[in-house]
Amino acid sequence: MTVDTLRRDPPKRSKPWPETWVAAAFVAPAALVILLVVVVPLARAAWMSLFDIELTKPGVEPFVGLGNYITQLTSASFWDSVSKAFFFTVVTTALELSLGIGLAMLMDQPMRLRWVLRSLVILPWALPTIVNALMWRWIDNATYGSLNALLTQVGFVHDYVPWLSQETTAMWMVIIADVWKMTPFCAILILAGLQGIDRELFEAARVDGASTIQMFRHIILPLLTPIILIVLVLRTMEAFKVFDVIWIMTGGGPASSTQTVAIYAYRTAYQGYDFGQGAALGYIIAIAIMLLAAVYLWLLRRTGSTKS
Amino acid sequence: MTRFSAARRGVAWRLLGTATAALLVASACSSSSGTPNNSITLNVILMKQAAYSDTDIKAMDDAFTKANPNITINAELVAYDSLHDKIVTAQVGGGGKYDVVLMDTPWPAELVKANIVTDITSKIPANFTSGVFDSAWTAAKYNGKIYGVPWINDTKFFFYNKDMFSKANIAAAPKTWDEVEADAKAIKATGVKYPITASWKQAEAVICDWTQLAAAFGGSDFVDASGKALFNQGGGLAALTFMKKLIDEGLVDPASLSQTEDDVNSVMSAGQSAMALNWTYGLAVMNDATKSTVAGKIAVAPSPGEGSVTTTGVNGGMSLAVTTTTKHPDEALQYALFLASESSQEMDVANALPMWKASFDNPTVTKGNPDLFEAAKIEFAGLVARPVVPYYTKLSNALQDAIQQALLGKKTPQQALDDVAAQLPTFQQ
Repeated sequence: MTVDTLRRDPPKRSKPWPETWVAAAFVAPAALVILLVVVVPLARAAWMSLFDIELTKPGVEPFVGLGNYITQLTSASFWDSVSKAFFFTVVTTALELSLGIGLAMLMDQPMRLRWVLRSLVILPWALPTIVNALMWRWIDNATYGSLNALLTQVGFVHDYVPWLSQETTAMWMVIIADVWKMTPFCAILILAGLQGIDRELFEAARVDGASTIQMFRHIILPLLTPIILIVLVLRTMEAFKVFDVIWIMTGGGPASSTQTVAIYAYRTAYQGYDFGQGAALGYIIAIAIMLLAAVYLWLLRRTGSTKS
Repeated sequence: MTRFSAARRGVAWRLLGTATAALLVASACSSSSGTPNNSITLNVILMKQAAYSDTDIKAMDDAFTKANPNITINAELVAYDSLHDKIVTAQVGGGGKYDVVLMDTPWPAELVKANIVTDITSKIPANFTSGVFDSAWTAAKYNGKIYGVPWINDTKFFFYNKDMFSKANIAAAPKTWDEVEADAKAIKATGVKYPITASWKQAEAVICDWTQLAAAFGGSDFVDASGKALFNQGGGLAALTFMKKLIDEGLVDPASLSQTEDDVNSVMSAGQSAMALNWTYGLAVMNDATKSTVAGKIAVAPSPGEGSVTTTGVNGGMSLAVTTTTKHPDEALQYALFLASESSQEMDVANALPMWKASFDNPTVTKGNPDLFEAAKIEFAGLVARPVVPYYTKLSNALQDAIQQALLGKKTPQQALDDVAAQLPTFQQ
């Protein structure tokens, strides 16, 4: 072997691929997965919502156009479930947000063992939703639940209350279970927002003689508005399509008093075998949530532009 | 943004190529490392319950695989409330995961219409046809054809606390629902706040109890042959009116409206109520010294009748069906027949009664619980079925809501049931 052979020219490379192609090739697997698990089912559901598809009538799937949407939008049961979901959303979001702000402010205070408080607060959020719902179903049990035991012992009630069997109390019980679990989530996000506020503002306000309430109203609240809006968007979207906590605690009862729109959609599609109606309901829920989110985002943008 | 050099781009391409090749090799390995060619795996979906517990089913599966070493059983046990929906989603949406599915009594019509289960009429052995209680077959039939092998034969019995009865000077179990009401009043007078507890949650449980009472009050059919509603008159209406009356009189625990059968067991086991309707397994649970404060004090009797009806029982039977998507229909049926055989059925008679007539005359089987077998023999003779119609789940959901509306006093029983009757044509479309 000669030196010349070793020093021969490197093999001629083919023309390199453009950078954008390389990038596209790397993105392609993830894009393909998203296409298959998100885009295709969404498109299929949109298509299904235009047909009368009932599993008990295989082969008979007539095109009904917007018929499924019209049926649902004119159904009393649908609007009843929407009102239940709306009530649940408004109350849970309001409670979780207010309690979340309070908790965040407490966790923001300099104190000994603050990390213990922060760890304890996050615990309910760390629990799986199913475990949380089962736990609250036991707590609320009329005969051997700890809530009745506590309330009778302190004298608040004189008789055991069937919390989950009464229309007037069942919805409040699932709301409490949800608030208990999701308040930490709001608190942690708001705490992050609180920590971003310049401490000098508080000191300056204190020097000017501002009270705690004035500081909260004129410094904390305005500066927290963007994060509060984000929390509102996330919680509203989640709460409106609530399913698991209610399904486990009450199954939508008694007398459908806790049947929110997601439970109604599930019953229609999977228990009634009516996939056309179920798909239409899915889209109605998605559009409603998107509208809510759009309003919040508009508010967020407006807040941002006002600040700038 | 920095630009890739040609060399770095080459490295990137090679990385991508290697990753893809690794993925392909991995998928090829996983597909080739399956079971040997001659062995079969049957995917089965059953119910998680006390009657035929996980341990019972494991024992049955082990016995089956011992006799058929080439067949592996992959059994999935789910809660009753999930069973129906899981079968539908897996078989229709999921492309047919299961070879054998467990069917509840009212489901054959729906599952046949949805092309999920297959007709096995001609494949049922003669000893099954003659040896199994007639009532057990209603859990498996639709339009005269057999779609499942009966596996669980069950109904709701009347369970009562003997101590509470004797404290109220009641000598025997009530034979009619009027006697139940009178006994409950007497027991309430002794200090028991709610003498009756029930599983009247907005779920299938309330339909079972209402069906059983409706039959006692003379109404055993939900709809007539032409599809017209019958449940809003006669026995159906009388039963719901009676249920509401028991609540208004403070005899039934109002918490019953959020209770399932397991909750009923707990309340009875805690000694909080004196009587309840429940499935066979309830007796063993309530008399279990490790779980119950009233172990040994709970007795069983046939469910009360009313007027000329001596006793009634809702058909709570279930059957094992072979799916239309299975690649091993013969082995799937073989498995179903094995689980339903006399020897398998007699494995756990404390929790699940056998469906074989001969078992009831076999002293070695009945000796553990003669009262239960005696009550079962009477009730099994006249079980009433929930309607086997293709729109059953829609009807059941609407009735669950209507019954609770009536029990909560939001509507009168007549109005609540009439409202469902008015929806019937929509369900039937």
